[in-house]
Amino acid sequence: MGYTVGEKILLAHAPGAKSIAPGDFIMAKVDFCFGNDITAPIAIQEFKKLGKKKVFNQKRIALIPDHFLPAKDMRSANQAAVLKKFAKEYGIVNYFEIGEMGVEHALLPERGLILPGDLVVGADSHTCTHGALGAFTTGVGSTDLAYAMATGQCWFKVPETIKLVFKGRTRKWVCGKDLILHAIGDLGVAGARYKSLEITGDTIDQLPMDDRFTMCNMAIEAGAKNGIICADKTTESYVKKAVRKYKQQRKAYKVYKSDEDAVYADVREYNTSKLEPVVASPHLPSNALPISELKNIKINQAVIGSCTNGRISDLKQAAAVLKNRKVDPNTRLIIIPATQAIYKEAVQEGYAETFIKAGAVFCTPSCGPCLGGHMGILSEGEVAIATTNRNFVGRMGHPKSFVYLSNPAIAAASAVKGKVAHPADL
Amino acid sequence: MKLKGKVFKFGDDINTDEIIPARYLNTSDPDELARHCMEDADPGFVKRKQSGDIIVAGENFGCGSSREHAPIAIKASGISCVIAKSFARIFYRNAINIGLPIFTCPAAALALKQGCQAAVDANNGTISKSGQKKIYQSEIFPGFIRDIMKTGGLMAYARKSK
Repeated sequence: MGYTVGEKILLAHAPGAKSIAPGDFIMAKVDFCFGNDITAPIAIQEFKKLGKKKVFNQKRIALIPDHFLPAKDMRSANQAAVLKKFAKEYGIVNYFEIGEMGVEHALLPERGLILPGDLVVGADSHTCTHGALGAFTTGVGSTDLAYAMATGQCWFKVPETIKLVFKGRTRKWVCGKDLILHAIGDLGVAGARYKSLEITGDTIDQLPMDDRFTMCNMAIEAGAKNGIICADKTTESYVKKAVRKYKQQRKAYKVYKSDEDAVYADVREYNTSKLEPVVASPHLPSNALPISELKNIKINQAVIGSCTNGRISDLKQAAAVLKNRKVDPNTRLIIIPATQAIYKEAVQEGYAETFIKAGAVFCTPSCGPCLGGHMGILSEGEVAIATTNRNFVGRMGHPKSFVYLSNPAIAAASAVKGKVAHPADL
Repeated sequence: MKLKGKVFKFGDDINTDEIIPARYLNTSDPDELARHCMEDADPGFVKRKQSGDIIVAGENFGCGSSREHAPIAIKASGISCVIAKSFARIFYRNAINIGLPIFTCPAAALALKQGCQAAVDANNGTISKSGQKKIYQSEIFPGFIRDIMKTGGLMAYARKSK
């Protein structure tokens, strides 16, 4: 009986294990671990309780103050300071000060710090994003991160796997976000709970890395432990370029593929050729509907950014929609590139100018309003469309505000119209 | 260990943004987090609950973010345990890692109503409703997890296996 790509990676990281099966509990070696300004302070506090003088590997840990930075208030500044102090004290190489900092799940792949075949834990639920690199990457809590920083290990329950097969050539304005929202709509927010989502099919073969990251990013919104796309030529060329650009010493990686006779808990096929852009209505990401079914939904704010859709191709799409157009006078448009490198590229390519001329604000990298942190909190009764990942009650601000989730082109078109809109409506 | 308290009932898919909204995540102080526990699911919860009370929920409790602040807020607010039809994965491991007792038991989650008194034997995972003889058996934790729980959470486990 064969293994899935995820099972192969877990087995390769479990010392002494000769075989593996869903349901097994294993203690496995991780290649990399990381946390942010919300989760790492608790991890650091727990780590210190162990009285260890060293972390397991100074180069295999990242501390990224991305959530409330630039510090939104004094307490956030204090939390971020904990990371900086710890990084200095323990010689952690991958600490990123603002100016270099980006949203963790965009920054780490961009820097070539996560490689195909890796086993990675991050104290952030969207750690599943990095599965787009053909790695097994999953979100854990702060105490798990403390344990990983100390020992280089983490406990895992080997998950069952659901295979999602996307077939067909997508239409204009349909991207990775629409594919994954459509699948979450089908699976439900708990449909893949405790399970692994393996994302495959000829649609995926044609998909650029940015869209693959978006898809794996939202695996958690179906409850999944991880999302994974087997590494191919697209992945390898992305990884090699990143490793070279940032002169990473760790270059060797292994590409794992699922066996023909691997066992899946479920296989679902989606025909993508007829799919329209998908919008998820409040208050669950699984409330996913084709955009044509949403009529006259007025918005107060549009947000383009986050670990889901703050990459350069996302900004390119938004710029294509916003070129020579103006944001509706009753609507705010907030655009947040996910990393400093993306910010620079957006300036060089002229996207930043397009945004500003359209009447949008173009911000410094941060998680910002995605989780109701700062830079665009909603007031009571307000409605937003966002390229982010969650539309739970109170997620972007007031408990009585409303968030619709979409791809960047839809969010941009909606900002121009002042209501949920398709670029073809402009 | 016997846990006894009044039931506070919640529905399906209660997410970590409801358990502890991100606007309070600029601190890691358990007492302060406890003051906002369940705020966006039930704004009056903190005032009405008493030490020892029990949260009972539907499917997928604790979905969403990885914030350990969620089980920390519940534990620090004096809630003795959470019973649910099912738990979201990261919340499940966080609760185990920090020592918040959780019990997966669809039948008990259905039978226990808002405001009733419930009792839980944390040693064997049995749950009962005050005034009724029926005993509900929650899912037994695998041996590996029981070891972590017995030693008092993941950090205690790490110290022991050092």
